[in-house]
Amino acid sequence: MYCQSLSIALTGSGGSGVMTTGSLLLEAAAKAGWYGFMSRSAGPQIRGGEAAAVVRLSSEPTESPDDSFDIVLAIDPGSMARFMAEIPLRPDSLVISDAEAGRRGGELPDVPARVLDLPMQELAKSVKGGRPNMIALGAVARMIGLPADSIHAVLGKLLKSKGADILEASWACVQTGFAAAADLPVFDSPAPASEPCIERWSITGNEAAGLGAIRGGIRFVAAYPITPATELLEWLAAALPKVGGVLVQAEDELASINQVIGASFGGTPALTATSGPGFALMSESIGLAVCAEVPAVILDVMRCGPSTGIATKSEQSDLNIALHGLHGDAPHLVVAPTSVTDCVFTTQWAVHLAEALQTAAIILSDQSLGQTRAIVKRPADVSFIAKRRVPEQFEETYYRYAVGDTGVSPMAIPGQAGGQYTADGLEHNQAGAPSSLPEDHYAQLEKRERKIRDFDYGQHWADLEGSGATAVITWGSATGPVREALSRLRENGKNIRLISLRLLAPERPDDMAAALQGVNRLLVVEQSHSRQFHRYLRAAYDLNAQVRVFNRPGPLPFRPGEIMQQLNDWDAEAELLAARNRFCSFNRRNTSRRSSRSGVPVAVILVSSAHSPRPLPACRFSPRKRLLSPALVVLRGCRPT
Amino acid sequence: MPTYLSTYGFHGVHGRALALATGLKTARPDLTVIATGGDGDGFSIGGNHFLHTCRRNPDMTYIVMDNQVYGMTKGQASPTTEPNWEKGKLTPMGTGINPFQPLVIALASGANFIARCSSSDTNGTARILMEAIRHPGFSMVQILSPCVTFRPEQRDWKHLLVPSPKEPTSDPTEAARRLLKDHGLYTGILYVGERPVYQPKLKASVAGVEAFDEEFRL
Amino acid sequence: MTNTSHGSVRAIRTTEELLAYSLAMETEAVERFNDLAEQMEIHHNYDVADLFRKLARIEGLHIDNVKRASAGKQLPDLLAWEYEWEGGQSPEGGAMEDAHYLMQPWHAIELAMQGEKRALAFFRNVAATADDEALRKMALELADEEEEHVTLLQQWQERFPKPDKGWDVDLDPPAMLE
Repeated sequence: MYCQSLSIALTGSGGSGVMTTGSLLLEAAAKAGWYGFMSRSAGPQIRGGEAAAVVRLSSEPTESPDDSFDIVLAIDPGSMARFMAEIPLRPDSLVISDAEAGRRGGELPDVPARVLDLPMQELAKSVKGGRPNMIALGAVARMIGLPADSIHAVLGKLLKSKGADILEASWACVQTGFAAAADLPVFDSPAPASEPCIERWSITGNEAAGLGAIRGGIRFVAAYPITPATELLEWLAAALPKVGGVLVQAEDELASINQVIGASFGGTPALTATSGPGFALMSESIGLAVCAEVPAVILDVMRCGPSTGIATKSEQSDLNIALHGLHGDAPHLVVAPTSVTDCVFTTQWAVHLAEALQTAAIILSDQSLGQTRAIVKRPADVSFIAKRRVPEQFEETYYRYAVGDTGVSPMAIPGQAGGQYTADGLEHNQAGAPSSLPEDHYAQLEKRERKIRDFDYGQHWADLEGSGATAVITWGSATGPVREALSRLRENGKNIRLISLRLLAPERPDDMAAALQGVNRLLVVEQSHSRQFHRYLRAAYDLNAQVRVFNRPGPLPFRPGEIMQQLNDWDAEAELLAARNRFCSFNRRNTSRRSSRSGVPVAVILVSSAHSPRPLPACRFSPRKRLLSPALVVLRGCRPT
Repeated sequence: MPTYLSTYGFHGVHGRALALATGLKTARPDLTVIATGGDGDGFSIGGNHFLHTCRRNPDMTYIVMDNQVYGMTKGQASPTTEPNWEKGKLTPMGTGINPFQPLVIALASGANFIARCSSSDTNGTARILMEAIRHPGFSMVQILSPCVTFRPEQRDWKHLLVPSPKEPTSDPTEAARRLLKDHGLYTGILYVGERPVYQPKLKASVAGVEAFDEEFRL
Repeated sequence: MTNTSHGSVRAIRTTEELLAYSLAMETEAVERFNDLAEQMEIHHNYDVADLFRKLARIEGLHIDNVKRASAGKQLPDLLAWEYEWEGGQSPEGGAMEDAHYLMQPWHAIELAMQGEKRALAFFRNVAATADDEALRKMALELADEEEEHVTLLQQWQERFPKPDKGWDVDLDPPAMLE
């Protein structure tokens, strides 16, 4: 009997090699035919802190963490204490600890799961140059039914450059761990992918965004290193020269965005990638790209803010600054990938849109998408590439900022004779000359807004899935867990719609109205403390439904079970409310009677009768204040927090 | 500046001209790129870009029209203002701090061509600009441009500025010694370097973007 | 500037050279007056702007004269900085800092007259140092012409009163803000 998926965490102190171990495990499992992903969790220190590699292996593509973990390998047992919140356990979860290592480096904390000992450090000592993480890898391979040979193949690939000695020692450790796990329990493994001939890829969100950028036509990147965008830049630095492009490491983010604008002015599609702090520095010049109508793509791999925040962990809290961070009326594009694979499509699309609409396109990825390596089906080829409207011939006077029909005016490329103009961040007239006249200001503001408002974005503005009168609306990396929650509910016969917005700006009121047609309950799911997405939805759209918000800040990811719980609770409350309403209308005077025809517990009816029956207000539930029983809901009402 | 010329131009945000120009030149090496600005723009808000553009040494020319005052915002002290100028409206007691020495810093940061001109010597300035544009790498040209509105005493520059009595040097140590000693009053080409120019080759080595697929394929 | 950046000034030796120099001088004068006119227009000083345009037109006529005199001659083709002017600057070029946006016609004529006087001195100097008789003759002719201009400008200037002290006071000074 195969189970659907297995979730495995490897924890250790920084430098203990858990990330390498996790990557090897994922690659080997992928070779054996599974899907899955690995995400990373680390303290802000590059080394010396604690790190966890989190792997989920499955039969089908997935990008959502599971509700809890099956196996934890605590290579440095003390480090587990830092991850108690991030690694939820069940009583039947198995934690493999190393008691001997714990005596020196910190004991394993109390965990609500089974604990078995494997002397990983001692076993590693038996191999010259051996390391405990490779012992762990061998052990876990055996426990999940992964043949040792598949590890050997990926080990050779990864450690090729490190030399024969290291490879040999690592392989010896894997075999030692494999042998030592003979006494450990064996887990049911997911069935290998049912369509083995489909081309599968191993890719991170950051790499996927880089690939999308290059597919879309980006040939110039300027950026300043920042976690968690750095890997994206590293990938692009190596990849761009192959296609005749270049990445410039700039002196700061102000330089990055301005170099991008300069390159783009010269006709080369250009991008910069950063995270919150760098993005904040860029905002003045993003306004320049908008005003001067120079295509520019800015990719923000979000992390916990504000300020330096938590550099290594994910949060969806740069939505406000991406939407509203520019001074003046500066209409621009904001898009967000909905999965690791979608980082390819959305980035490619953003390049296409920025170029077609001659404006700034901001892409909101996040640490969770960017640093997750997923085994996915090969991302589809799409035809979106950078195509700018360029004048073919010039009249006597070239009007760079001609208002025109669509608002997209042909943009001359330096070197084109007759197209000389000055791109300007000062408000200008149609010819590009600075102007403070009200009519020029109105005309140019309207031109810049109209060109992006009236553009046909097709069905790409959102991922719409499922049907039903209840919908969950979300965006970005929160989409993965929501998608899995709805898929599980569907298996239980509950149909719930998914609306995951890819295009956050400009707003799409007609598309949204159609997507919400027939919806009377709407659950907003977002990873921000101040409900940025909910506030945005309320400001931008008519939400003609009861609305609830399930939000929390990073770094804890959403888990499908929590989202199911939100929806199930809402159902239960609604049923209860319906029952109460039936009862109250049946006999208002008899509220003290100790029975009811609705079958609802008596105590509830007694108390609820003290309230006038009215629908529950739209409100927000904090997951910590989980409802203990349906009765309490009615007693306390909904707590608007 | 570009609005007075019949050429492609970009009027960007205050302080960022060099960054914008670097992006343009790097992506379009076939273009002749000239960045212009003032002393506050180049040495204060854009100071970091000034250092790093000198350091990077792209093949372009930077013209700073230095009037030692913020003229556009009505007469505040700039980084090159002398410490005892008491007419700055934000520094009524004088700045009390050392003026920035753009050419010394340009040299130390790696600029490949350094010159100083006087705006009243239009022909001499034209010649130097031509040399600056022709010289490979980052050329820094300071044009002392009196601001007679806020600094009427700068009319005297005309008499104070004198052509450098020496031929340009290509020895950075010698150039540094001269620049530190000339009180900012020698005009002409002061340093002509031979540092390597920044220009990545933009030549594709793969046939198409499909080449990257292999990297991800299992 | 009291000197050129090229060192000492080389004497003019041929009529061709002299014509090239006077052509450059007049061309620069036209450019300068048109520049000044544009600047005055920006400051809404239209009287002075008109006056500068008129001066530009008059200098333009001189260009025609010089061109006529140059017919059939091969003039040296020099770049702007290859002319070895006394002080590095053409007598009728530069001196933009003597202009003021509130200047009055009297000032504008004064500015033009100073240029003509410098031009006069330039041609006289050429005449005085010429070895070649044809060159000396041409330089004197050109000097006479400049002298005539100086006289005309003096008469013109008399039509305007000399402005009182304080003519440049502006209670609401211009600013280009960014």
